[in-house]
Amino acid sequence: MLTFTLRRLLLAIPTLLVISLVIFLLVDLAPGSPMSEIPLTVPPEVRQKMIEALGADQPVFVRYLLWLRQFFWVEPAYLIDGWFGTTWSEGEQRILSWQSRSPVFTIIGQRIPQTLIVIGTAYLVGILIALPIGIYSAYRQYSLFDQGGTLFAMIGFSVPTFFSGTLFIIIFAVWLGWFPTKYDTQLVVNDWNSFLEQMRQMALPVMTLGLANAAAISRYMRSSMLDNMTMDYVRTARAKGMTERTVVLKHVLRNSLIPVVTVIALGIPSIFGGAIITENLFGVNGIGAALIGAIHASDLPMVQTLAFIFAVLIVLFNLIADILYGLLDPRIRYD
Amino acid sequence: MTDASSAPPKPASAAREIWQQFRTHKGALFGLIVLGFLILFVLIGPLFWDPPQRLSDTIRMKNQGPSWTSPFGTDQLGRDILLRMMLAGRVSLAVGLVAMVIAIVFGTLIGILAGYFRRLDGPLMRLTDMFLALPLIPLLLVMVMLFRDKIAGLIGPELGAFILIVFAIGITSWMATARIVRGEVLTLKEREYVLAARSIGARPNRIIRRHILPNVVSPVMVAATLGVAEAIITESVLSFLGLGFPPDFPTWGRLLFDGLQYMQVYPERVVWPGLAISLTVLSVNYIGDGLRDALDPRIRGR
Repeated sequence: MLTFTLRRLLLAIPTLLVISLVIFLLVDLAPGSPMSEIPLTVPPEVRQKMIEALGADQPVFVRYLLWLRQFFWVEPAYLIDGWFGTTWSEGEQRILSWQSRSPVFTIIGQRIPQTLIVIGTAYLVGILIALPIGIYSAYRQYSLFDQGGTLFAMIGFSVPTFFSGTLFIIIFAVWLGWFPTKYDTQLVVNDWNSFLEQMRQMALPVMTLGLANAAAISRYMRSSMLDNMTMDYVRTARAKGMTERTVVLKHVLRNSLIPVVTVIALGIPSIFGGAIITENLFGVNGIGAALIGAIHASDLPMVQTLAFIFAVLIVLFNLIADILYGLLDPRIRYD
Repeated sequence: MTDASSAPPKPASAAREIWQQFRTHKGALFGLIVLGFLILFVLIGPLFWDPPQRLSDTIRMKNQGPSWTSPFGTDQLGRDILLRMMLAGRVSLAVGLVAMVIAIVFGTLIGILAGYFRRLDGPLMRLTDMFLALPLIPLLLVMVMLFRDKIAGLIGPELGAFILIVFAIGITSWMATARIVRGEVLTLKEREYVLAARSIGARPNRIIRRHILPNVVSPVMVAATLGVAEAIITESVLSFLGLGFPPDFPTWGRLLFDGLQYMQVYPERVVWPGLAISLTVLSVNYIGDGLRDALDPRIRGR
């Protein structure tokens, strides 16, 4: 198991390097970069100074290596300094946002809690809805409930979150007035009332994302349960005289959860990607909204860093899913 | 699909057999009918519904409610929403189809090369894995942001946006097809008829075209159907985030984005395009489901 994990870790490094190069080059070599948008009325020597100040006069590969160094060495050093008061990062240049001239990672650090609270809750809610639906659908295959579940999943697949979210806003916020239309990032939770307020403003984004996630996960849960329901060990358990409850919820469910757990792990990075839409729709000031803001402002370092962070998340959770699968299912360990 | 109303026990053709199987899938039939209706609405609709637009009327005609002269009302510039829905639908469906074709051609090519030529297998599959690990939505947004103005300057804003978006979506959604095709090719090339073709001296080019390609058509068709749905959603996401088509050349996603500002007063401006996108994707997904059942001989006859 350890060698398997190590091998996967080593394989992840070249993947990440290539992805970082692709992201860097795509953003850097594109014609629409802000370098080309300095007005022509600016005198050439000032223009030259502006480009130098942004560090954009160096050759591409130098800038790429510098960026990598900043990403993998300088930024972690700053993080460690912040925790333990060491001075590893003294005098190093951090990745600066062109928009605000403050370090990109400081901005991301401010934004990430918003994303995690909303998106994390939505994912949890999605899983909690999906598992019972999947289990019961499989247990009563082709029943009315199962057909309803299939329809729910098909609709959940097909209705894009930007539409379901807008519908929820129109119905629950505009017509019924139960929830606010916009998420208030400034709200501080310090007593019961503000906590209730926080719950109310989280309800719509969580519902939107949660239902979309629940649709996919409930399908996986159902098909995994169906695969296991016909296994011999289930018949043995029934023959032993165990209650239906024990057979389904202990024997079948535990074995069926193995692939579902990996699917859930694999889904986490795409949640961050999909959250871009939800965050924009509801005005949650998370990293998705930060990405869109940076794109509209041609803030290249911010865009490069955020896109790379999304890629790191995908590779990381692929790795986690692989390792989880090996841990949960001894049959597929490699050693 | 062939017409199956006359059904004397003739020797069944493959297409007829598939259609017979497809018909038994209720969801797929429903999807076919709904999609057919949507396509008619979008293609033929503007021939019958072409309200005159005079520039002098626009102020008076703006933000009208539903009436006999404009069943869906008019927007903030006095344009008829029904007509805009039809025209936007053309672009949305075209984006879905063309992006799907690009993705399928590219994916099939990569899949066949990787599956047939062992030396290419490793590098091409690593490339596929790498594309799968790319954060697609952020990258698509970045691509559109960076290249939009340049391409618009070269070939005009409308065609430029179309080509850029279709190409960007196509180039980032071929990976599933490539994997499916590679898997199929790996098993197909060990079959006896491929061995026979090779033993009489057929070149790889000919073996691939005559013996391998026809046999990967059915999984590719299923992937293509689902690809259309995915491409339509991706395009509307881009439009929804304001990085899609220009407002005078709308898609359903763009109409939804434009309607968002008026959501509180005129919710129907968001609901119609959203409903059109959702219905299209739902019916295409059902058709894909039915096709998968119909094309898989293991399920057929059950």
